[in-house]
Amino acid sequence: MRRWKTKKNSAANVFRIAILATAALSLASGALGRRFVATAEEKPKSNAVTIDNFSFAPMQLEVPAGTQVTWINKDDVPHTVVSLDHTFKSRALDTDESFSFTFQTPGTYEYFCSVHPKMTGRIIVK
Amino acid sequence: MPDHIQENLDHDGVDRRGFLKCMAWAGTGTFCLLQGGVLKSFALTDVIQKNLGNLGGDLSFVQFSDSHIGFNKPANPDVTGTLREAIAKVNALPTPPSFVLHTGDLTHLSKPEEFDTLAESLKSLKTERIFYVPGEHDVLNDNGQAFHERFGQGTQDGGWYSFDQKGAHFIGLVNVMNLKAGGLGNLGSTQLEWLEKDVAKLKSSTPIVVFAHIPLWSVYPQWGWGTDDSEQALSYLKRFGSVTVLNGHIHQTMQKIEGNITFHTACSTAFPQPQPGQADSPGPLKVPTEKLRALLGITDVSFVRGKHTLAIVDSSL
Repeated sequence: MRRWKTKKNSAANVFRIAILATAALSLASGALGRRFVATAEEKPKSNAVTIDNFSFAPMQLEVPAGTQVTWINKDDVPHTVVSLDHTFKSRALDTDESFSFTFQTPGTYEYFCSVHPKMTGRIIVK
Repeated sequence: MPDHIQENLDHDGVDRRGFLKCMAWAGTGTFCLLQGGVLKSFALTDVIQKNLGNLGGDLSFVQFSDSHIGFNKPANPDVTGTLREAIAKVNALPTPPSFVLHTGDLTHLSKPEEFDTLAESLKSLKTERIFYVPGEHDVLNDNGQAFHERFGQGTQDGGWYSFDQKGAHFIGLVNVMNLKAGGLGNLGSTQLEWLEKDVAKLKSSTPIVVFAHIPLWSVYPQWGWGTDDSEQALSYLKRFGSVTVLNGHIHQTMQKIEGNITFHTACSTAFPQPQPGQADSPGPLKVPTEKLRALLGITDVSFVRGKHTLAIVDSSL
């Protein structure tokens, strides 16, 4: 839990510094409003699955065909991402390591962690 | 406390104080007595509290588990160090164990250098031989090939095996391969068939010791702490008078006695895990440094015969 908070704080700090830097740059170029909005806007994260506390979040994810989905492991132990039909299979992901797969074909993809098989998830590609 | 003998009542080179000091670190292990062909086990703490001193007997062995070489996070950034401490404790025993069982998760990430460190560290153990079974952390990316090449010599294709020592039959099982989505540990039909044949030739009076990584009893299925087809394996062992099952995986000691079968899990030498259901997940338990060593350990098992031992059985039961 402590690790999570630390990361959050440092991420927030980086974000603040980025805003300040952008603000300074924007003042210089005389286009404060437009640049500030562009920086503050968060990218949509609907194609990300977080592995934390021995579970996939979200457990079920819907994405349009052609979407690249990225799993990132935030646990202190390694996990894998393996689809039941072997469409995709990651190596063991250590802490903060990630795995990506691009879903081209619509369908429902069930997957699990082959190290801790109680961990299951589902990607629905429309 | 100085390490010297204060009371050596049995002239065996170990006094109660020294024994307690050593065993307090080892945690609640299992102490087994082989009496008239029947293996009986007791919590090691009970034996210690009864001031029994020397546990030397016909056969003693030590169980190591969950060394997780390569793990470097809280609460233990130095798992190689704590493994070496465990080895030093075993080497300090007045009688070296006949052999050592390692019940898996030698490494954290199945990396060659992690296997190297584990093997190099265990070379200093004063014992005749070390027997291994893999944990799920030892078979991560190559279906267990590296583990089996280095630690599985003389085993069946799937890595399981058995051997006999002093009239007891030891069986090493593999339940971390081909795990199924939503499931628990898995032995598989090929291994079950082998097990049935392996014990078919034995007399029912033969003491049986089974060791595998994931518990062969349902400790806490919600966290995957159990084995899907363990009941079938245990059904082959029902006719035996004495069966002891030694597991790791859950990084804490736990014991259950069911009929003729005693189940025991060992501590990790690396990091503790929460008690079943006492946390959001079974991830490493973060404890203050000064409390870490009390939650790590090894299991010491002794088979003892003789008059002196009979007295132990009476007082313990």
